[in-house]
Amino acid sequence: MDGFRIPVGDWAEAVVEFLTDTLGGFFAVIRTIFDGFYDGLEAVLTVPPFWIVILALAAVAWLAKGWKFAVGTAVGLLVIVGVDQWENAMSTLALVLVASLVAIAIAIPVGILAARSDAASRVIRPILDFMQTMPAMVYLIPALILFRVGVVPGIIATIVFAMAPGVRLTELGIRGVDREVVEAGQAFGSSPGRILRQIQLPLAMPSIMAGVNQVIMLALSMVVIAGMVGAGGLGGQVVQSLGRIDVALGFEAGLSVVILAIILDRATGAFGNGWTAPWTRRKAASKQDVAPSPVPEREPALVA
Amino acid sequence: MSATALTDPAAPVASAVHPDPSAAPPSGEAPALEVRGLTKFFGRKPDQALERLRAGASRTELAQLGTAAVIDADFEVRRGEIFVVMGLSGSGKSTLIRMLNGLQEPTAGSVRVMGEQLTGVSAKRVRAIRSEHVSMVFQHFALLPHRTVRDNAAYGLEIQGVPPAARRERAERVLETVGLGGWGDKLPSELSGGMQQRVGLARALAADTDILLMDEAFSALDPLIRREMQEQLVELQQELGKTIVFITHDLNEAMFLGDRIAVMRDGRIVQLGTAEEILTDPADDYVAQFVADVDRARVLTAANVMQAPRAVVAQSAGPRAALRTMLEQETSSALVVTGGRKLVGVVHDRDVLRLVQRGERSLDSAIRTDVPRIAPDVHLAELFATSVEHEAPIAVVDERERLVGVVPRVTLLAALGNVTTETGELPVAVPPVTVPVEVIQATLAGAEAALADARRAGTEDAREDGDLPPAAAATNGGIA
Repeated sequence: MDGFRIPVGDWAEAVVEFLTDTLGGFFAVIRTIFDGFYDGLEAVLTVPPFWIVILALAAVAWLAKGWKFAVGTAVGLLVIVGVDQWENAMSTLALVLVASLVAIAIAIPVGILAARSDAASRVIRPILDFMQTMPAMVYLIPALILFRVGVVPGIIATIVFAMAPGVRLTELGIRGVDREVVEAGQAFGSSPGRILRQIQLPLAMPSIMAGVNQVIMLALSMVVIAGMVGAGGLGGQVVQSLGRIDVALGFEAGLSVVILAIILDRATGAFGNGWTAPWTRRKAASKQDVAPSPVPEREPALVA
Repeated sequence: MSATALTDPAAPVASAVHPDPSAAPPSGEAPALEVRGLTKFFGRKPDQALERLRAGASRTELAQLGTAAVIDADFEVRRGEIFVVMGLSGSGKSTLIRMLNGLQEPTAGSVRVMGEQLTGVSAKRVRAIRSEHVSMVFQHFALLPHRTVRDNAAYGLEIQGVPPAARRERAERVLETVGLGGWGDKLPSELSGGMQQRVGLARALAADTDILLMDEAFSALDPLIRREMQEQLVELQQELGKTIVFITHDLNEAMFLGDRIAVMRDGRIVQLGTAEEILTDPADDYVAQFVADVDRARVLTAANVMQAPRAVVAQSAGPRAALRTMLEQETSSALVVTGGRKLVGVVHDRDVLRLVQRGERSLDSAIRTDVPRIAPDVHLAELFATSVEHEAPIAVVDERERLVGVVPRVTLLAALGNVTTETGELPVAVPPVTVPVEVIQATLAGAEAALADARRAGTEDAREDGDLPPAAAATNGGIA
């Protein structure tokens, strides 16, 4: 074994060094954009008094699922206020939302591409495997070098880590659309773009929304790790408690993460499963008695 | 794209065996679909496979290279006909229909739609031809589940760029036509299978294309609903005059719907002809085996099986001549026609015998007009009840009430059993005589003697011998 050594690590380092040297400006721009994005969202969530934010989030919950979920959301958020993690929780929420939005914005088009071209799919699949299975903390190292300490390396690492299920489920959803229905579109002279917009995306929507849900859940699970590079929020609290062996703080921060996770999962899950506006809900429910929706019920997944 | 080169009409086999497609007139007179040397091969080496196919290789011989789904299909679909492609699953019929609107790119050969080249043109042009000329109905309906029935029906018009209000209105009208008036606001999932396929049909009809491709369109439906849809399709076709290409694995369906039927086996069209031609003259053992199961009663018509009427007498003929005819034909009844071969009714031997015994000169009092009469295009299935009710053969008359043939019970049974229905060697005598031959002969002899007496008395000239001799009646009464 002596003397046989593949210097993969050195190559990776060289690549990161090369990127820092030649594309430093580009990364600075990205850093500024993400920073601004995050700061703005965090301000919206933390500047108003907590009860206004809770009311607003409860309203979103009502829109998504109804009054029971709205009450549950309000109670959960009040618990977070009660354990004095409100500001941290809102920072984390802002970080999760920014990272998820960017990840979804990348994942869905890539998923569409993979669904339409077998060649693209063959290239993309191993990359996704790599992104998903590489220990998440490893991303932090180049992210730190490229974007310096702060919230941005956390966001970037989160995006990379969380994106894969979005791509996969988008591809799966589009490929799973009944071939005959797509053929019907073609047979009547529809263009490929039109078939995508009018047939494939709408029919793949439950699967795509499941992907969005998974992206958000993975992003939330990543925030603790992002706390290590100074992203703050609940992750910062957990890292702190780990350093001080502070069980109380660790549990309170951890509990807050769980509450956020449940709220986010149920909300996105509801939007994925044939969402209807609350004011039309009763009518829609009675319709479903006549003809069950073809969309299969999806088990709510919770990763936290 | 290798297909472009292969669709060249100058390709050796395509042009050697078939007329040059470019010779067809480009405008109004072109057939709805013109298919020349169409071949589809799924596999890695299409060129090599094509060469071997042209040399006559069968599908199994090419199994190692890939699948030859369709081999050298060559036919025309006339405007306004229902053209059925029939074959078992895997015979290539689905691939064939998908090449007719460009959903599948052929490996070789060409397709012309209403005189316009479909193969080897740009994707955009193909889409334009589809939206203008060809719509399709799918086996599993292929409706857009997130759209209402009305918006589904209007889909083709939407692609054609018809404004929303106009296309909704047209969709609503077509839904009315297929019997779904008032269902426009429902979602497809709220409809039964048969109703969903009506929406599929409405979508195709609303697009108002000349050609309708129907891919196993009724195969997923219950038998009763399928029958109903078949009948409705025939009605619609007669009303709207669309050209329909219908794919099915159900021979009865093929026979019921098809003006012409192409039977496919292992990628090749083994026979192309009308239902009757395929049924009565199958091209090979495969087709023969296939049609053995068909419900012949629903395919064959009276015209296919009817026999020349033999026991026929002219109304002007007297009772003696009628009786003689029946005696010669060994039957107990005869059809009575006017000079113009118009059917008047039927006479039975007992009645005529009585007339002769009474010395009557006219048949009229013995003629019964309740003879069953049908048109030549009636299916045998509809004859059974009539045949049971009447012992006499069923008379086949044309639209001017002229006698063109008869369908005796025996013939009806023979047709179902695929026994030859040709007449000649085995003249069928029905119904059998009910009066002993000796009695008739004695009566005729008696009447003859009485006549001779009368003639001797010089009171009457007996012109009863002006009857149509039975043999002549048979010849003249031959199938028109």
